[in-house]
Amino acid sequence: MEDIITLDYGSGGKKTSQLIENLLLPRLLNEELEKLSDGAILDGSDKLVFSTDSFVVKPYFFPGGDIGKLAVCGTVNDICMCGGVPKYLSLGLIIEEGLPLKHLEKIISSISEAAKECSVTVSTGDTKVVERGFGDGIYVNTSGIGFLKYPWLSNKNIRDGDAVIVTGNIGEHGTAVMLARDGLLSSDSIVSDCAPLIDLAAKICEYGHSVRVMRDPTRGGIATTLNEFVNGSPFSIEINEDAVPISPSVKSACDILGIDPLYCANEGRILFIAAENEAQSLIDALRKHKDGRDCAMIGHVTSRFPGKVTVKTPFGGTRIVQKLSGAQLPRIC
Amino acid sequence: MLNPAFDDPSNISLLVKAIHDLSPGEIKIMEVCGTHTMSIAKSGIKTLLPDSVKLISGPGCPVCVTPSDSIDSALSLSERDDLIIASYGDMIRVPGSVRGDTLLKRRAMGADIRIVYSPVDAVDIAKGNPDKQVVFLGVGFETTAPGTCAAIDTAIKNDISNFSVFSMLKRVEPALRAIIEKDGFDIDGFLCPGHVATIMGENGFIFLEKDYHIPAVISGFEPADILSSIYKLISQIKSSSARLENEYTRAVSKAGNTLAVSMIDKYLSCCDTEFRGLGMVPSGGFCIRDDFSAFDAEKRFPIKIKRTGDDLPACRCASVIIGREDPLSCPFFASVCTPEDPIGPCMVSSEGACAAAYKYRSL
Amino acid sequence: MCLAVPLRISSVDGVNAVGEVEGIKRNIRIDFLNDVKIGDYVIVHAGFAIEKLNAVQAEENLDSILEVARIAQSGV
Repeated sequence: MEDIITLDYGSGGKKTSQLIENLLLPRLLNEELEKLSDGAILDGSDKLVFSTDSFVVKPYFFPGGDIGKLAVCGTVNDICMCGGVPKYLSLGLIIEEGLPLKHLEKIISSISEAAKECSVTVSTGDTKVVERGFGDGIYVNTSGIGFLKYPWLSNKNIRDGDAVIVTGNIGEHGTAVMLARDGLLSSDSIVSDCAPLIDLAAKICEYGHSVRVMRDPTRGGIATTLNEFVNGSPFSIEINEDAVPISPSVKSACDILGIDPLYCANEGRILFIAAENEAQSLIDALRKHKDGRDCAMIGHVTSRFPGKVTVKTPFGGTRIVQKLSGAQLPRIC
Repeated sequence: MLNPAFDDPSNISLLVKAIHDLSPGEIKIMEVCGTHTMSIAKSGIKTLLPDSVKLISGPGCPVCVTPSDSIDSALSLSERDDLIIASYGDMIRVPGSVRGDTLLKRRAMGADIRIVYSPVDAVDIAKGNPDKQVVFLGVGFETTAPGTCAAIDTAIKNDISNFSVFSMLKRVEPALRAIIEKDGFDIDGFLCPGHVATIMGENGFIFLEKDYHIPAVISGFEPADILSSIYKLISQIKSSSARLENEYTRAVSKAGNTLAVSMIDKYLSCCDTEFRGLGMVPSGGFCIRDDFSAFDAEKRFPIKIKRTGDDLPACRCASVIIGREDPLSCPFFASVCTPEDPIGPCMVSSEGACAAAYKYRSL
Repeated sequence: MCLAVPLRISSVDGVNAVGEVEGIKRNIRIDFLNDVKIGDYVIVHAGFAIEKLNAVQAEENLDSILEVARIAQSGV
């Protein structure tokens, strides 16, 4: 094969078959996929959790991961947040003509490794190639099916006095990608937190109905997710800025760029709400896990400002935090 | 490097207590600088001060004071196929005279508009795109002006001729004079922009004491700096004294940064310019000197504005900027005019008074 | 109009330098400062260093701020 993807690879003919046989299948090997039929026939369950996500991250290789790992973890994590155990993924690739094959191999290998780590199989897939100039190298869609295991999780369970907990340092993925994309700042220590959340989610859900709801705060950061928890409800969330775990380098990078880490994407964190009397036990349990070492309680649910999220600054002042409105842009003012 | 004591919450509480202990009456302090507005908003200082102390945002948000004309000119330039617009992120969502018409929207429609962090990034873009013209949108006050000049300097030294600056640079002193001399001026003291003062020195603000006898304190940006400065202002106001004080001694000297000022003097001259809210301000702007007109975008490109009229008549940004109107009293505030769909720059600028008020309104 | 952050100089090359904080590095210009050395702290705005931060001056600045705090504490 040549060393880059050309339009022929997307035509559905011989070259497409070559790509599937030689590059995709060896890395994604499983019984169902090998059949290469139009769809997969899978063992089912009573209630299914079904989720989809598309990934257009630029650049597609970044410190801590790549678009492949992100595509698997993103959809797997969404299924977990709904109380599902992820089982099967579909994989849609839209590749830009000219993408080096070596890059595609690396991305597919990342998908394969992540799928193994998550115990999911890529059961069906599709590949298209678009003309040079369209597609930013590669876009990926994954849709996922999981079996519902924890059916009670919902915003509606939230109660006054509940604890708000995040499983680790915030803002790492968003900042790592921004640095990789713009090249304005360089850092060895800022690395995406992209990771599967299956284990952490299972640990959390061991606490049953004491856990009200979970989300992974991806685009829009924890600020947006906290708003999603309470907007339109009689409850508010009040967080302490001091209590939000953040690494000094992410904090500094955000200071320099003039952006707010509360709005930076996270790809390996769970933000959840739980009964206050179980909070410490939950935090202690999660801190024992390699991805939960910086788990912390960041605030509480109250009913003082219905529908709103507020932050108490280290100086005792208070400010309102809203959903992200447009993409954060670096400022000089 | 900053001593952690600057951020120590117990020091902050003491400063807040000290302010309350002064029992200030009704006092209006104008914080001139957009970055002060932002720092105050972020740290929640407003909620800690006595209710009688009002912090009014002034004309120090370069985005907010840029008139619609200038934005329309930039938008019109972006229509050219052979031209790349380089701009700070701050300007990208600001509408011109047509609501919704912004650089961001134009980029989505195909214009080549690139966000830069420094004016010299724009020179690099010019170097890397020799077949295109690159226009850098030069927004800002005296803190930003020297860097903008250094970009022209860099272009000259490296023979990069496809680079020019659309100067929207403005000067703080004339803006403050215009505000003070307006009828109905009722501000009791000024919190002066610390980094403009880093460039211009204490000398750049002494006019407030000498010509107008108004209390003024040059302030840094940490919450401790701002609270300490507010304390000093209130003390002065209470004792009827009117001096210029420098709270930000670690960064501001009497004469300022003379190298930066010489760079400004070399490339820029003062010219009358329009400020949103203040109208034409004599010597209020920086224009590129004739010797360097080759790098002046307004001279290089005939910019024809297709104005649809004045600034959107509904927009009260002009009076908000000069502290005459509170954002909350604008009938469109938060209902029709929001950060996602702003009528004017005060709502879309990250440190605009309306944007800051929008975040606080229900507390 | 004034967003600026303190960075520590880790290398100098003519008008160019690298400023650092918490392991983050940024290319900056030092046209407006004389005699910038590795280890100096500078305030950076829009990619340009606009002033040096001197540890002694920073301490003195802090002291004068704390003076106000001390007034409050002693109830004077």
